[in-house]
Amino acid sequence: MTTNYIGKPTNRVDGYAKVTGGAKYAGEHNVPGLTYGVVVSSDIARGRISRIDASEALKLNGVLEVFTHENRPSLPWFDRNYQDQDQPPGSPFRPLYDNEIQFSQQPIALVVAETFELARYAASLVKVQYVREPHGTDLRAIQGQAYAPSKGKPSWKKPRPRGNAAQGMEQSIFKIEGRYDHAAEHHNPLEMHASTVVYEPSGKLTVYDKTQGVPNSQKYISRIFGLSKAQATVHAPFIGGAFGSGLRPQYQLFLAVMAALQLKRSVRVTLTRQQMFSFGHRPATIQRFELGADAEGKLQAVVHEAIQETSQFEDYTENVVNWSGTVYQCDNVEPTYKLVKLDTYTPLDMRAPGGATAMAAYEVAIDELAYAAGIDPLEFRLINYTERDPMQDLPYSSKELRACYRQAAERFGWSNRRPEPRSMRDGNELIGWGMATGIWEAEQKPAMAKAVLTADGKLTVSSATEDIGTGTYTIMTQIAAETLGLPLENVTFELGDSSMPEAPLQGGSWTAATVGSAVKSACLEVQKRLFEYAGSMPDSPLAKADADGVVFADGRIHLKHYPTIGVTIQDVLRHSGVDRIEEEVTTLPDMLRQKKYARFTHSAVFVEVKVDEDLGTVHVTRVVTAVAGGRILNPKTARSQVLGGVVWGIGMALEEESVLDHQFGRFINHDLAEYHVAVNLDVPPIDVIFVEENDTVVNPLGVKGLGEIGVVGTPAAIANAVFHATGKRLRDLPITLDKVM
Amino acid sequence: MNPFTYSRAGDLDEAVREISDNDRAKFIAGGTNLVDLMKANVMHPTHLVDITRLGLSAIEETEEGGLRLGSLVTNAETAYHPQVAERYPLLANAILAGASPQLRNMATNGGNLLQRTRCYYFYDTATPCNKREPGSGCSALNGHNRIHAILGTSEHCIATHPSDMCVALAALEAVVRVTNRYGERAIPFADFHRLPGDTPHIDANLEPDEIITAVELPPRGFSQHFKYLKIRDRASYAFALVSVAVGLEMEGDTIREARLALGGVAHKPWRNLEAEALLVGNPANRETFKRAADRIVADARGYGSNSFKIELARRAVVRALNEAAK
Ligand SMILES: Cc1cc2nc3c(=O)[nH]c(=O)nc-3n(C[C@H](O)[C@H](O)[C@H](O)COP(=O)(O)OP(=O)(O)OC[C@H]3O[C@@H](n4cnc5c(N)ncnc54)[C@H](O)[C@@H]3O)c2cc1C
Ligand code: SF4
Repeated sequence: MTTNYIGKPTNRVDGYAKVTGGAKYAGEHNVPGLTYGVVVSSDIARGRISRIDASEALKLNGVLEVFTHENRPSLPWFDRNYQDQDQPPGSPFRPLYDNEIQFSQQPIALVVAETFELARYAASLVKVQYVREPHGTDLRAIQGQAYAPSKGKPSWKKPRPRGNAAQGMEQSIFKIEGRYDHAAEHHNPLEMHASTVVYEPSGKLTVYDKTQGVPNSQKYISRIFGLSKAQATVHAPFIGGAFGSGLRPQYQLFLAVMAALQLKRSVRVTLTRQQMFSFGHRPATIQRFELGADAEGKLQAVVHEAIQETSQFEDYTENVVNWSGTVYQCDNVEPTYKLVKLDTYTPLDMRAPGGATAMAAYEVAIDELAYAAGIDPLEFRLINYTERDPMQDLPYSSKELRACYRQAAERFGWSNRRPEPRSMRDGNELIGWGMATGIWEAEQKPAMAKAVLTADGKLTVSSATEDIGTGTYTIMTQIAAETLGLPLENVTFELGDSSMPEAPLQGGSWTAATVGSAVKSACLEVQKRLFEYAGSMPDSPLAKADADGVVFADGRIHLKHYPTIGVTIQDVLRHSGVDRIEEEVTTLPDMLRQKKYARFTHSAVFVEVKVDEDLGTVHVTRVVTAVAGGRILNPKTARSQVLGGVVWGIGMALEEESVLDHQFGRFINHDLAEYHVAVNLDVPPIDVIFVEENDTVVNPLGVKGLGEIGVVGTPAAIANAVFHATGKRLRDLPITLDKVM
Repeated sequence: MNPFTYSRAGDLDEAVREISDNDRAKFIAGGTNLVDLMKANVMHPTHLVDITRLGLSAIEETEEGGLRLGSLVTNAETAYHPQVAERYPLLANAILAGASPQLRNMATNGGNLLQRTRCYYFYDTATPCNKREPGSGCSALNGHNRIHAILGTSEHCIATHPSDMCVALAALEAVVRVTNRYGERAIPFADFHRLPGDTPHIDANLEPDEIITAVELPPRGFSQHFKYLKIRDRASYAFALVSVAVGLEMEGDTIREARLALGGVAHKPWRNLEAEALLVGNPANRETFKRAADRIVADARGYGSNSFKIELARRAVVRALNEAAK
């Protein structure tokens, strides 16, 4: 059937608009009379502003206003007004609230002018005097202050011990212990955070925001500025990458809306690349493991401690230590999770938050234990394979991890590996082969969607979700087209508008499952209506058919067993006399069923590195990853997601580090020349295998989501390969050449 | 970024006049460094003199049989020029090891010589920096100095010169041709860039109103035995942590002449003539190479996060010599 699109490699429906510049991003919507806001950032990490003098800036012709804590409009200041959907417990940051400095690069003024150039110049003329107070930004130095948080983000699971880890360690024959650190990282999407607020004469605001949640941003500004849903809509039709950085409304949104309301003008605020280092980041983490196994290599004990940084004002929490008790069978698990408060902005979810952190360390520790036990690292993982989730003591909704290991190992040629480190070589370079397991949650959230079929046979489906480059536009179009049997060209999926039916934040790899289920369900409602109309057409060949006995395909409704008997959807619409069919649905996950199962996406990652031991350089030369991610809606966009994840893993393993200078309490390598992400030459051919996996529990579509799984196992696989190449166990990420040589 | 005026000079005289008349004027060539620094509020010229139409865009032979590279020839054109690629592959390789194709298409030879340090603090106006603001202090000394110098430093500044091209030019003993109000002068490459001393705000021995017209390569290009080795934090599009340019003349297994320059280790491309002398007349083997390498790093000093560069430089020199001698 030509209208069966699910599972077929399909080009991005928004691709043309993107490559031709037709797609407009938050900072690109131009309206007559637009003004420009430039943010002045704090030079210090902690203290107070004793004087802020904007007089030089205000003297310039064309500078409209300089907003500071001294002249900002009076606003509600309660924490609850500044809530958002991804907020950790604590007191959210309120821009321009008072003269207190809580972190370096804190926004302390907004200069608004008729042109961007003028605003930028004027911003450089704002003079600020500070009273400095000592800051604490060195996680390693003050880890002694770590405390166990009592509350966390809604998604946070309090670590739960099981069994008796001390006893487990005692009984173990093979033991390892180690400390694993990784640096803070920033999301650094290509597109900088920006908000364009269009001020209409009626006072209504149309806001283009870089966000992973238009409803989130809309509610945030509504609560703070007292705007009704009709008074302000938030739009994010295109997003140039976000990776979690758009999960919370960022301060440019607050500032742009504030300025627009005060000046009664349209305002755009775009952050600079340097300012992209002024808000959330993946927190630096210190982890410690003690692992023990018996003579056969069965895990007997897992002791896992993690210390992460958070800000002074919020307790940002990640599920870190939970993963080590989840991946393999082990009866004795002792997780400890602690936070240290630093004078930085609150960390923020970044692609596989917690999971990438935990697995980057745990899978190295597991590799160490495999070596200690003299067992092949893949074999070791198979020995500890679990068919039930040991954490929740539940069966899996599906788990084809074994097939991932097998298929990826075969493709990679793992059986040709010589186990001893330093045993493989190519000229000057040592070759290393390493592998690791990846795991991520497969969640579904409640969501709404609307489908409208018009008399011309065109279908428009909408939901207030986003496409951060993941392919949401495309897969939703595929789902809708296939469900109603319409050609792809006749279907439009709309998103990124807060007046559309609500969807949850675009994160957590749940959008395909969540919004996809809502889209499908809305289209099924339209199907029902069409079927009714079809049956009541004069001389309808489907008059006696029942709903189960028909198929929607190729623009027709026909009998399942006699495909030639049927009617075209166009005809049904014509005869029905209605000019549109509109259905809006709310889809809830089937909690009763889902809670009986553990639901995860799994992967296996195999990596080859070449190490120039003299010079310390590490090149990843080959990656094979197999992913069990349920049903694959679109192999093309799915592959891109996994490729992107692996590239992130390479960055995390070898390059990415936001360096905090403790003299100033400031991220100092705050541009893309010195904050290194992987470039083309760092990225080898990546072989992505999707393992067949049927899952009828996770959601009606059987999809699991792929946005994050690619990054989870990759850093450890690389670190393990470096060990195999060199015999050096490097436990601190990123593995830069100075650590290797 | 501050407001500025812009003019395009029609000829060399006009360019020199414009720059001499205004002490806050700057030349702009490719703009790939200057504009970034203006956006970061590090440099504040009030007038830009565009020199891209001065006709300094040729590569031609000199009377002595060398090659004259016009200062406005782009880095890309230079690297891919047949004469450069064939006779001075060391230079071509060094240029191509730098930046990205897009940048090399814009960047000019003159601009490359005068590009400024990538020191994090130099770029961040929230932090003290003697190079940006003389007398304010050096934040890198006790800060994050992974990319900083280990040779020829001073207590006032430990920045490096970031260029790759210049490392090869130093090894090739190029000559910088300069024009000013009074006429022309030639500056040997070794004297062009400076050590920081107590004036780290001055990068080069070039007066503010002087224009670079060309870089001249002497006839000898070491095209048989050469190596440009660049070590960096990722495979491309990163500045050198350490780089080594080597040119050798060999007679059988014996080194007859040696040129050796290092990048990423000092405020200027670093040459050590004693180390070069240790190579000459000796067999091309590890012992010889190590002796030279040891001599170079004997004077080196680390500042914390850059201390690894000392050993890295030593190993890089040995590797580069070994490859060049092959
Ligand atoms: C992201 C990035 C990565 C880079 N990576 C590398 C790298 O790996 N290796 C490397 O070597 N370089 C690298 N570069 C630097 C690049 O090579 C330089 O920016 C470039 O060579 C400068 O040339 P330009 O013509 O654009 O100079 P401009 O920016 O136009 O000028 C630079 C300075 O030189 C002065 N000037 C220019 N021409 C003349 C002249 N004829 N006479 C007198 N003064 C003059 C200007 O007044 C200005 O002060 C990188 C740059 C960027 C932005
Ligand atoms: S090393 Fe030089 S450029 Fe860097 S902060 Fe110190 S003085 Fe400034």
